[in-house]
Amino acid sequence: MDIPYTSKPRPDTGLYNAKVGIWLFLASEVMLFGALFSSYILLRIGADKWPSGLLNIPIGTFNTAVLITSSVTVVMAWASLKMNNFPKFKLYMGITILCALAFLGIKSIEYKDKFTHYQVWLKDGTTQTGHIEGNPYFLNHNKLDARKLDHIMFRSDGGHVVAAAEHGGNAKGGHAAAVKIERKDIQRLSAYVPAHSTYFAIYFTLTALHALHVVGGSLVLAFFWGPGSKMWKTDPERFTNRIEVGGLFWHFVDLVWIFLFPVLYLL
Amino acid sequence: MAHSHDISKHVRTYIAIFVALLVGTVVTVGLYYVHFNSVAVTIAVALVIASLKSYLVAGFFMHLNSEKKTIYAIMAVTVFFFFALMGLFIWSFLDIPTPKGL
Repeated sequence: MDIPYTSKPRPDTGLYNAKVGIWLFLASEVMLFGALFSSYILLRIGADKWPSGLLNIPIGTFNTAVLITSSVTVVMAWASLKMNNFPKFKLYMGITILCALAFLGIKSIEYKDKFTHYQVWLKDGTTQTGHIEGNPYFLNHNKLDARKLDHIMFRSDGGHVVAAAEHGGNAKGGHAAAVKIERKDIQRLSAYVPAHSTYFAIYFTLTALHALHVVGGSLVLAFFWGPGSKMWKTDPERFTNRIEVGGLFWHFVDLVWIFLFPVLYLL
Repeated sequence: MAHSHDISKHVRTYIAIFVALLVGTVVTVGLYYVHFNSVAVTIAVALVIASLKSYLVAGFFMHLNSEKKTIYAIMAVTVFFFFALMGLFIWSFLDIPTPKGL
């Protein structure tokens, strides 16, 4: 059975069906991210304090440029097909996929940094941020107890230290020498994970959902670049439409990041 | 299919938009280091630049500037419900009574 209107426009809508489909899907995506953005605003307004400076701005800026680059290359890939230039399509789509991989790679480095970065709340009311020797992932005070660890060797961040001096740290910038913090002095220990704070909960929710979209989109684009590109020989118009539809989704992913970047990194 | 000549004109536009998006990103980050006196102004400036960038992506890369009525109808409904969602939330927030003396 042939699927109708994959190449030619439907008389009533003036569009091929996949294009109407992707726009309806994007409409639902706007509401999905809209709900999460409104949650962010609600959480932020309701918070007594909202942290800033916890994310790496140069890395975030670079990743924004990577995603913008991928957005222009995917539209250039579509334009190349419109100009019957298949090799150029392959080139631009290849660059788009590489940009997607670069974005995910950089994001995973950022995540790894957060999973090994800790805040420790001490029973004397002070807190410190920094790294635990050995750079363990996802450690917390409950796991210290479960592993029967009676202390941690903690290397404080110079810039974030609240009371490092009391524990032998160096508060003048850079990483201080590792100091021993006894378990009995620790009220709470948490990496920069969703459980750390409302800020990181919404940060990981928004960025992980966005990253999943990048993964999904890049898989589809990689299919069009690889085995799916055979359709160019049999039905070039339909293949060009597929690239347009895939590209529309990819632009949406870029569009979401355009708002996520200032909201999470800069404000 | 559109003529190659038309598309090559579009390609020049795409490159111009690409440059504009990169400039917009640099301006957004640059303004982060300019400390405005008001938090509201800081947020407004960042969101205005983000909105301009998103218009460039949606309008030119996604061709929303020259789409069919069906797409506009879908997006009009989406925009309505998006702002309704935000409006409901703001309404509920404004409805919270302020304690006397604060």
